[in-house]
Amino acid sequence: MENKLIILLVIVLGAIAIAQLVRIYEISAKLRKNEEHEISHRDNNLNARMMFGFMLAFFAFFIYLMSAYGWTGRGSAASNEGEEMDWLLNLNFVIIIAIFFFTNFLLFYFTWRYVKKPGVPAFYYPHNNKLEMLWTVVPAIVLAVIIILGLQTWSHLTGPTTPEAEKIELFSKQFDWTARYAGADNTLGLYDYKLTLDNNELALLTSNTIDSALANMFGGATGIRSLQKLLNNRDTVFSDSTLNVLKADLSRKERLYRFLTQMKQNHNPKLDASAWDDIIQKDTLYLCKGQEYEIALRAKDVIHSAYFPHFRAQMNTVPGMATRMKFTPNKTTAEMRLEKNDEQFNYILMCNKICGGAHYKMKMIVVVLDKPAYTKWMDGKKKATFKDQYFPAAAPAPAAPADTTAVAAAVTMN
Amino acid sequence: MASHDAHAHGHHEDHHHHEEHFISKYIFSQDHKMIGKQFLLTAVFMGLVAMMLSILFRIQLGWPGESSDILSFFLGEKWAPNGVLKEDMYLGLVTIHGTIMVFFLLTGGLSGTFSNILIPLQLGARDMASGFLNMLSYWFFALSSIIMLVSLFVESGPAMAGWTVYPPLSALPQAVSGSGLGMTLWLVSMAIFIASSLIGSLNYIVTIINLRTKGMTMTRMPLTIWAFFVTAILGVLSFPVLLSAALLLIMDRTMGTSFYLSDIIVGGEMLTNHGGSPILYQHLFWFLGHPEVYIVLLPALGLSSEIIATNSRKPIFGYKAMIGSILAIGFLSFIVWGHHMFVTGMNPFLGSVFVFTTLLIAIPSAVKVFNYLTTLWKGSLVLTPAMLFAIGLVSTFITGGVTGIILADSALDIMLHDTYFVVAHFHIVMGMSAVFGMFAGVYHWFPKMFGRMLNTRLGYAHFWVTLIGAYGVFFPMHFVGLAGAPRRYYDYSSYSEFDNNSFELMVDLNEIITTFAIIAAVGQVLFLFNFFYSIFRGPKAPQNPWNSTTLEWTTPVEHMHGNWPGELPTVHRWPYDYSKPGASQDFIPQTTPLEDGEEEH
Repeated sequence: MENKLIILLVIVLGAIAIAQLVRIYEISAKLRKNEEHEISHRDNNLNARMMFGFMLAFFAFFIYLMSAYGWTGRGSAASNEGEEMDWLLNLNFVIIIAIFFFTNFLLFYFTWRYVKKPGVPAFYYPHNNKLEMLWTVVPAIVLAVIIILGLQTWSHLTGPTTPEAEKIELFSKQFDWTARYAGADNTLGLYDYKLTLDNNELALLTSNTIDSALANMFGGATGIRSLQKLLNNRDTVFSDSTLNVLKADLSRKERLYRFLTQMKQNHNPKLDASAWDDIIQKDTLYLCKGQEYEIALRAKDVIHSAYFPHFRAQMNTVPGMATRMKFTPNKTTAEMRLEKNDEQFNYILMCNKICGGAHYKMKMIVVVLDKPAYTKWMDGKKKATFKDQYFPAAAPAPAAPADTTAVAAAVTMN
Repeated sequence: MASHDAHAHGHHEDHHHHEEHFISKYIFSQDHKMIGKQFLLTAVFMGLVAMMLSILFRIQLGWPGESSDILSFFLGEKWAPNGVLKEDMYLGLVTIHGTIMVFFLLTGGLSGTFSNILIPLQLGARDMASGFLNMLSYWFFALSSIIMLVSLFVESGPAMAGWTVYPPLSALPQAVSGSGLGMTLWLVSMAIFIASSLIGSLNYIVTIINLRTKGMTMTRMPLTIWAFFVTAILGVLSFPVLLSAALLLIMDRTMGTSFYLSDIIVGGEMLTNHGGSPILYQHLFWFLGHPEVYIVLLPALGLSSEIIATNSRKPIFGYKAMIGSILAIGFLSFIVWGHHMFVTGMNPFLGSVFVFTTLLIAIPSAVKVFNYLTTLWKGSLVLTPAMLFAIGLVSTFITGGVTGIILADSALDIMLHDTYFVVAHFHIVMGMSAVFGMFAGVYHWFPKMFGRMLNTRLGYAHFWVTLIGAYGVFFPMHFVGLAGAPRRYYDYSSYSEFDNNSFELMVDLNEIITTFAIIAAVGQVLFLFNFFYSIFRGPKAPQNPWNSTTLEWTTPVEHMHGNWPGELPTVHRWPYDYSKPGASQDFIPQTTPLEDGEEEH
């Protein structure tokens, strides 16, 4: 409280001080009788020199930042794609830093060099077509190079993965990440957000999950049946607003129930297998060095962005829309720790699209292992598939569909 | 015709020394000069608020989690318990800071102020085409400003989805508290703002096309007017798209439509919305959003062209090329919006098209920069505060512009998208440049606006604090961003869990940045004092203080309805006859007829 008083006091005293300054200033202005629009040579020269000095300080500041935080301040890339991007980024930086120094130098140098001198008139020079052509064509050529190289890299980065790529889904919600490995068949099971339940947080699509969603929608704690019971209870009286909320809730659930019923009728049980063997992984994402990854991305509530700064990979996760990215890690966590000389270092998956209050805490530690260690970890995980964890009693899966590409296509279409 | 009559009538009244009522003179004024000043004062106030908001969240970023009396003083126990900023309010401050700066300061303040003051004065018109619509434009602007400020005080907090207010975050109050009433007020305010901007822009366009005085051909217009002209066209074509984006969002929020929503579970509630696309909103938003960058920037470039030519005592180099590059920038600005969306899941091929169009903008921008440099070359530079700000603008336009080349390259944008590198880029190229252009304009045309002079020494002090402070804030941000720091993060403490080197870099640089921000903010007191003091007590201005050629300096110092007593001036030459060989003085006003055998340029 007293601190607030002090702040208020500072503001009031500041205002009084300014008012006093005004009076002093007014008196001195009367004595000086200067003309504000006539800039004296002294002021002109002083500012010209300060402009040149500023340029030197500005350049020095830039060079200091580069030396203190490393050339452009980022660590080395940890994926094949990242190395290609870093090469391109370095090239672009060389070009733009050269332009930055050159044009800023000319600007401040001219300001200093051509400041008004008595008796030296300005040079009347309204245009010169050759010069103007020069600085249209030269930037155009430089940009053509930048565009061509950039688009080449872009097509590498966004092109299709090889069939050997391992598929992983990253599921985002306020405020954490969940990973889903595709399991033995390397095919991610289908999903539908309406199937979301406590025992099926990723809303995977199987005959059993449809049944449990239907059962929950109808008979669950806040299901249709209990809502109807509540509304039909003659002993309870609701306010209009509560009644409206309950009715809206009921009609929403009835609509969802209809959709789920349709889903059940159209469901092909052969698809179950691709979901049953999926592996759901929280907390830490394990990846294998040298393995190409095809990453499918999904959002439950709002837009998030899957951002791996060290792999130089980023893609938004969008509710209602499937997005993807790919990368191939090429340094294990242990190798990177050695390189950075930091035993605590870890790769990270961050959220990089504003998603709510705890946005800044939404992250997942990423560990890159070498092939043997990764295989060992994965073998352990294969004993804890989606089915093992949540539906151990479910009917044995029918044989996986022969045509896996059709399933994959269905996944991307969903 | 009607407006012509009105002017004639207004003119007639002046001869009878008609005393105007306070309300019609200062409040509901239809005089373009007064409306321009109203825009300026409102924008300066809004800018101060937005700057103050940025200082509040910069305190959190510079010294995360530390109790601050300033925070608890301004935000109270609700939003800063024990002087530590709440996460939600952090996002609210960031959002409103961005919104006010982009729309209320840099759009309303820059284009609104200077288009109003300079278009009729530099064209030789008695007033805007429609004085009434002009007044309406200001009052819509004032109303939207008030609503935006009110939204800061609602219980659930102001809008918190970032200034781009992407749905679903902005559509779902369950997702963040600011998406309740705060977001509704944001949308209402913006809808009114858009109406203001549209009315204003239409008025500017009509005035420029129809009300040029005799001899004022399009290629004799000062570059300021060209810039305002293209700006107004951009506004008319792009703001309605933002309005439709906002309307669809309002419908999604209130009427249960699904334009932007699909397959969402939020706060444990399963929504039935299906088939909408959040990406649709982004397309609509950036269809305005990118031209908006040039709506902000072009007037600043126009003002600085005029100021640099006048104070170099040289014609602007390559006048026609400057017009061409303004037109090229204006056109290209409509086909580049997708570069904000490279990582949204947009088709990669579409992304490559946007890479191509975006990088093309660098060409007219480079032409402008080199033309400015050549204008300075072999000039006779008079370093007024306005001139210093204009030169500062060229510097920030270069420094911020070159990093645009990297961000426009989709392959590089992947790793830098939504990091502090982007924050650094657009604050320098758009924020600093436009603010510098605005200050340059205020220092240069203050004598015209208020009939008095600003104090030059205070102007110098203000320039140096602002230049050093602002570069000190935004330049280190490049390094924070390249180290990977995402923007809109409340703090970077999570880095300490996996990468201590980066964490230390961020702690160091954020502290430096906040320190510079506070210095730059305090430095603005110099300007505020100079500005308000000089309005009332500055020394009286001469008619043409900067020895300038353009028409506004031929009007009397005392403002009057209709701008010129007697006949409107006739224009005989282009506006850049400075230091023309053979002339008796180093400038020839546009109203001076060509001498026998003299070539126009």
